[in-house]
Amino acid sequence: MFRNVAELVELAETEGIQISEVMIRQEMKVKELTRDEVVGQMEKNLDVMEKAIEDGLKGVKSHSGLTGGDAVLIQNYMKNHTPLSGQLLMDAVSKAVATNEVNAAMGTICATPTAGSAGCVPGTLFAVKNQLNPTREQMVRYLFTSGAFGFVVANNASISGAAGGCQAEVGSAAGMAAAAIVEMAGGTPSQSAEAMAITLKNMLGLICDPVAGLVEVPCVKRNAMGASNAVVAADMALAGVKSRIPCDEVIDAMYKVGQRMPSAFRETAQGGLAATPTGRELEAKVYGISLKRE
Amino acid sequence: MKYRSVFDIIGPVMIGPSSSHTAGAARIGRAARHLFGREPNYAHIHLYGSFAKTYKGHGTDVAIVGGLLDYDTDDPRISEALKKARAGGMKVRFHEEDAHTDHPNTARIKIGDDDGELELVGISIGGGKAEITELNGFELRLSGSHPAILLIHNDRFGAIASSTAILAKHQINIGRMEMSRKAEGEQALMVIEVDQNVGDSLLSELERADHIIQVAKISD
Repeated sequence: MFRNVAELVELAETEGIQISEVMIRQEMKVKELTRDEVVGQMEKNLDVMEKAIEDGLKGVKSHSGLTGGDAVLIQNYMKNHTPLSGQLLMDAVSKAVATNEVNAAMGTICATPTAGSAGCVPGTLFAVKNQLNPTREQMVRYLFTSGAFGFVVANNASISGAAGGCQAEVGSAAGMAAAAIVEMAGGTPSQSAEAMAITLKNMLGLICDPVAGLVEVPCVKRNAMGASNAVVAADMALAGVKSRIPCDEVIDAMYKVGQRMPSAFRETAQGGLAATPTGRELEAKVYGISLKRE
Repeated sequence: MKYRSVFDIIGPVMIGPSSSHTAGAARIGRAARHLFGREPNYAHIHLYGSFAKTYKGHGTDVAIVGGLLDYDTDDPRISEALKKARAGGMKVRFHEEDAHTDHPNTARIKIGDDDGELELVGISIGGGKAEITELNGFELRLSGSHPAILLIHNDRFGAIASSTAILAKHQINIGRMEMSRKAEGEQALMVIEVDQNVGDSLLSELERADHIIQVAKISD
């Protein structure tokens, strides 16, 4: 079992296999399952992600009314304008937003690694798909590669906003996505690690400050930023740019920053955007309605 | 290693919005249902910490009741669970508690009918994973990641040996095991986490074993 990114990359390089293959083989061993069973379960997760994006792009609204409809706005903008940040980037953003809007609206999603951060990995996957034309198998591999890096973060640091701030949630998700984009685009295992490191470095210190305590504001838009961060970092890694700080040390730094973060900034709705006048107003509005007993 | 499977990271498939407030909550409700063994007539659900503060917005209430109706984390009926429960005659009451608990996402569930009652405490530890920390007054630690067999038995010598002998005969490997009792010589609880789901025939064999009073299982 690999314990950190260095071991993961070494396993892939010495065996001459992809990161996704390392993850598939480990899962088969740990769960005593066949390759077909492991891959089949991931295919189901992929189907759920695809369906969530479709639903989000049709337009959804959350019960609180705080979020919904932004994915549609972005797609319409892309149809009628040339986005300054480029089609692929905006496509990834719209699909990350779509996923999280569906999540906020109590639709069906696949937690990746959590529900609040479920947009980054599928958002980038289905945007990059249009450019790289991967096979279904390569798309499933994308999820195993993401999972391998998330596995390291979850076991050595944290993937929970309550424990480590949003850097642990959307930050991890974005890093996972970046590593997977690199593999799909033909990069090496170590380039995947560089992409993960570059992304996570740029998400360090990100607080978790859900307005009204709900996974909506600012989470939906942070998934958009996580997705775009991932695409940019993947491109940098593919260009040969290296992170000066090794990936495992970045993960460790993220963990330590999270531990020292005041609890006001760790999913308690006591700080950041949640504590702004408008944040408080929205909170009162949400609970003014919802706290009434039937 | 806290997480052993890639599907702890990419998954679970679930109804939004929050893996800890919705998926984890549904798993706590479902554990209660499985341990009770049937649909209860009533449910008193006490919510603590973050569960108490945000349960309406996060759907924690419908998720727990969905679990009591035996819905999985990805069952689309979860959002309708309160209505479905009411239609089926289940009386549900929520209690927002101020008391401080060890874990911020804690629920105490009391369910029952004319034939019996069950009370458990569950915590949602993140990413959709849940643990049961108390059952009918017995303290326990039950991770949701393996199937488990729960045995209420008399606190007598031989009770453990007779149960584990049956598991050995059926070639079931024990991953973790825990005992607790309220007082010496009285009722005790044995929790056995196993590697694979177990069949009903094994459970009824366990039920007939020496000193065993009641048997329940939680599937993976």
